[in-house]
Amino acid sequence: MIAIIDYGAGNIKSLQFALDKVGLSSVVTTESNVVQESKAIILPGVGAFNDAMEAIRSLGLAKILKEEAANGKPLLGICLGMQLFYETSYEDGRWEGLGLLKGAVSRITGDVKVPHIGWNTLDQHGNNAILRSINPEAYAYFVHSYAVTDYENQSLVASTLYGGTIPAVVQDKNITGMQFHPEKSGAVGLQLLKNFGEMIR
Amino acid sequence: MLAKRIIPCLDVDKGRVVKGKKFQNIQDVADPVELAQRYNQAGADELVFYDITASNEERDILADIVEKVAAEIAIPFTVGGGLRTVDDIHKILRSGADKVSVNSSAVENPQLIQQSALKFGSQCIVLSIDAKQTADNKWMVFTKGGRTNTGLDAIEWAKRGEELGAGEIVINAIDTDGEKNGYQLDLIKQLAEAVNIPIVASGGAGKLEHFSDVLQEGYADAALAASVFHYNEIPIPELKQYLQKKAINVRSEQSWR
Repeated sequence: MIAIIDYGAGNIKSLQFALDKVGLSSVVTTESNVVQESKAIILPGVGAFNDAMEAIRSLGLAKILKEEAANGKPLLGICLGMQLFYETSYEDGRWEGLGLLKGAVSRITGDVKVPHIGWNTLDQHGNNAILRSINPEAYAYFVHSYAVTDYENQSLVASTLYGGTIPAVVQDKNITGMQFHPEKSGAVGLQLLKNFGEMIR
Repeated sequence: MLAKRIIPCLDVDKGRVVKGKKFQNIQDVADPVELAQRYNQAGADELVFYDITASNEERDILADIVEKVAAEIAIPFTVGGGLRTVDDIHKILRSGADKVSVNSSAVENPQLIQQSALKFGSQCIVLSIDAKQTADNKWMVFTKGGRTNTGLDAIEWAKRGEELGAGEIVINAIDTDGEKNGYQLDLIKQLAEAVNIPIVASGGAGKLEHFSDVLQEGYADAALAASVFHYNEIPIPELKQYLQKKAINVRSEQSWR
């Protein structure tokens, strides 16, 4: 069972439907014990960084997520969920994230429209099981105004180009992040979720 | 590289997809969930649902249609029509929509854009503008299905919408809507130059070249159409091949197969 953290933001239903389609059972929850008993955790999200962190803290889940990450449980952060994994965000201020991944989040720069909305390419960096069966021509659906701008190079699994290089898939051991929405990225997204499912024992 | 998007629009009335000409003579077409599935398989990049009668008859959008569509398709979709409050918007997003579009209600209460953008993020708030040409190089915003002139200049209203926090603009040219003679390029181009958020062009698609025209000359980020897709006059795979030949970056066949 995958625990989807529901802290009040975003389109969680679509994520559940997508997981159903690839045969992964999930439960939407805010309960610590459900999160602890799960096989894997997905942190979804759209909205503002600090609001999301506050909601996660007030539910008592920040500590649990850090513990579960340290225990080696597979964690997937989607969109804002991925950004919350980082140490710091500069979204309208300076905010502390979960710190599961080293780096920071800033506004998208360059001569491009913000938010970055639409289908963009996934440039793959090396072989990684999370990208299994993903065509090099694949597109994924992005919707975001902020992006991870400071990261460890070895964690970069796939990136896209928009203003500059934007980390699209990041991974450090059991922690995986996807800046785009796999649940909205058609067959490509479903395959990525399936690949994440393969990480679960 | 960011792809230009092709977006079928489904006008929904009492649970059925319908299509009218210049917002009149509404004809029954199909089941929204069925049509959504068909477009998903054909390679549509996104879908838009408008509950076309909702703002007139003060009805709520049927959240269960939204939920059924979300269960069937794994591409983004926007829902609009009669969303008047932050709570209305929340309900639709919770049902499975990725974005909501506001039109008449935002004209009546511009704070709706700001409040909902702050709560849910700009990326899911789409400002939909119905514009009608009133003089040379002048387009005004119309509401209530194209019947009421709001007195707002379409370009100015779009800029205001961006300031208030809209993440995207759908511009529908009432004069070209349903005519199949091409998009209103002058309006769309001016709009694309005036704002710094994505522009979805709507109203007038009839031929393949209308799409390439609006995406190239009109600087639109996405092209929306209804009847050419509903009646399969332009199959989406054929349209995408055509656009690729015209050197327009679209989501390729490999990725959605």
